[in-house]
Amino acid sequence: MRALKQHQGLVAPMDRSNVDTDMIIPKQFLKSIKRTGFGPNLFDELRYLDEGKPDQDCSERPINPDFVLNQDRYKNASVLLARTNFGCGSSREHAPWALEDYGFRVIIAPSFADIFYNNCFKNGLLPIVLEEKIVDQLFNEAEAQEGYQLAVDLEAKTVTTPAGEAFDFEVDDFRRHCLLNGLDDIGVTLEQAEVIKAYEEQRRQTAPWLFGAGN
Amino acid sequence: MRGSKIDPFIEQEPPTNERVIMAGKTLYDKLWDDHLVKQRDDGSALIYIDRQLLHEVTSPQAFEGLRLAGRKPWRIDANIATPDHNVPTTDRDKGIDGIVDPVSRTQVETLDKNCDEFGILEFKIKDQRQGIVHVIGPEQGATLPGMSIVCGDSHTSTHGAFGCLAHGIGTSEVEHVLATQCLVQQKMKNMLVKVNGKLGPGVTGKDVVLAIIGKIGTAGGTGHAIEFGGEAIRGLSMEARMTICNMSIEAGARVGMVAVDDTTIDYVRGRPFAPTGETWDAAVDYWRTLHSDDDAFFDKVVELEGSEIKPQVSWGTSPEMVAGVDGFVPDPAKEQDPIKREGIVRALKYMGLQPNTPITGIALDRVFIGSCTNSRIEDLREAAAVVKGRKVAAGLKQAMVVPGSGLVKAQAEQEGLDKIFIEAGLEWRDPGCSMCLAMNADKLGQGEHCASTSNRNFEGRQGFGGRTHLVSPAMAAAAAVTGHFVDVRELMN
Repeated sequence: MRALKQHQGLVAPMDRSNVDTDMIIPKQFLKSIKRTGFGPNLFDELRYLDEGKPDQDCSERPINPDFVLNQDRYKNASVLLARTNFGCGSSREHAPWALEDYGFRVIIAPSFADIFYNNCFKNGLLPIVLEEKIVDQLFNEAEAQEGYQLAVDLEAKTVTTPAGEAFDFEVDDFRRHCLLNGLDDIGVTLEQAEVIKAYEEQRRQTAPWLFGAGN
Repeated sequence: MRGSKIDPFIEQEPPTNERVIMAGKTLYDKLWDDHLVKQRDDGSALIYIDRQLLHEVTSPQAFEGLRLAGRKPWRIDANIATPDHNVPTTDRDKGIDGIVDPVSRTQVETLDKNCDEFGILEFKIKDQRQGIVHVIGPEQGATLPGMSIVCGDSHTSTHGAFGCLAHGIGTSEVEHVLATQCLVQQKMKNMLVKVNGKLGPGVTGKDVVLAIIGKIGTAGGTGHAIEFGGEAIRGLSMEARMTICNMSIEAGARVGMVAVDDTTIDYVRGRPFAPTGETWDAAVDYWRTLHSDDDAFFDKVVELEGSEIKPQVSWGTSPEMVAGVDGFVPDPAKEQDPIKREGIVRALKYMGLQPNTPITGIALDRVFIGSCTNSRIEDLREAAAVVKGRKVAAGLKQAMVVPGSGLVKAQAEQEGLDKIFIEAGLEWRDPGCSMCLAMNADKLGQGEHCASTSNRNFEGRQGFGGRTHLVSPAMAAAAAVTGHFVDVRELMN
């Protein structure tokens, strides 16, 4: 996984609450058995005017000029500004894969759905929760100022505006540690293999019905 | 349930140190403690996973990750797999060759290859035990009370109906569980949703959960494990409890649970993977402890009166956008909150609906009875009881019934339900996820309205431009024979 310590990038404001993962990446693209290549189909039904199909050349498709990411001023945005309950619905990790593949590194919203929030950290993508009124302010600034960028420092847990205004955010220590260092958390867990084995052995004695049934 | 007399959220007082020490445990607290392998200094915890269910869509990258890292599954017998999302609901005698879309076929073949390579039990496409993962786990007794259960699918909350700690995970976590049998978790908060009293006739588990989501909103349970309790829940069958827990995620909660009681134990007894003899007795003794203590502390409590819940219909593009069947499509002009108003305007535009239209005035194009929410035998019985002796309305393009598993299908046929559906003009299909998310050939056309027993009415969910209305199986059946929404209670004798 790609590490993320600091990031500064162009902000794209997506002014819509309850963006679900079906919207982030529609189901026809979940048939892939790979983790990569989902970027061209990010927000497919909002971005294009036709019905998207897997393995299509998206550069030939009619685009929806009203959609925020299709506007020239937001080309190459890497910070997505969003509204409440972003990423609700399906657990598909294809949603953060698509956001990451498109080029986003940071998503800022007043709240995220639990599974999506967790999936982001596994893919070098940082979801940041800020208070609703701060998010409102960032929306206003991003829409008013072309080329508006935010600077994110995961070590210091801050988001800083071009005017130098800094906002603190919370993130739990384990997720932060893994993202700062680009760690594979399976490797971290396997350092505890003996503890897991001991737990398992004890469970085998006290709850034998939990073992041996699936084979 | 907007505008009803039901009480608002009751926010509990924050616990004092003394109360934390004195308070009993919730069901979730007990399940968490039983599965805690290690509490880490940074606040995260390693939780042991008893059962992982696998399907073709969210597992290929996990198996590939294992291979690339040279890792082996930690405990093969904790895993059970089946293809469900991509499988066709016709021509199943052809097996994998019956999957026309080559990309879908590759995904199902990849699951077969991965399970064969690692020795994981899989109910393949031609096995009668194949079905939707959340139907076959309970059906096989592979879902047992008190288990921790995960699957790369958000509707894994279904299994919480058995007093399990069950939730959806992403593909990276599927790989993590395969490799370590554990998950890195942070403990959630506790929320109690209590449904008091009795439900009226024609009101089902689906109506209860839609009413709950309508009341608390699609993020009302975020960060919480919900326990559903109260007299109305206690009176429900396991099928209805599964429907309710299934849709916890639609209220934002990854985990939804019901305490173990005789209904739970009677359902599990005698199933293929359930314990027997002395082990069964020991298991039952333990399972009977799986309920919240009387003095347990919940961070949030919500109460509903069962007798006030009417058959529900969703009118918008989020599961919280629901109304009673006697209600109306809302008028955005009456909404004070600007963000909600904008959401209603957008939803009505997508759904092609005018404000203040009666719910019963919404014309339909298709009816879908199926999905992990409502494809079990009781669901099919309820739908069959409504269509029996009636005919599908002339204006409908299609009405289909997709059983949740090969065994549900066989049982329905044994009871003659298939004949009732076919005589009424509904299509009787083979098991799978089907039109719930339209990854196979079953989908809505652009602009079509569908009465669906599934769980999500998101834009494009059932097909590009498709318009979904979430309802119970009985309400879907009533819609099938009338061509529009109708209060199913009017059709009941």
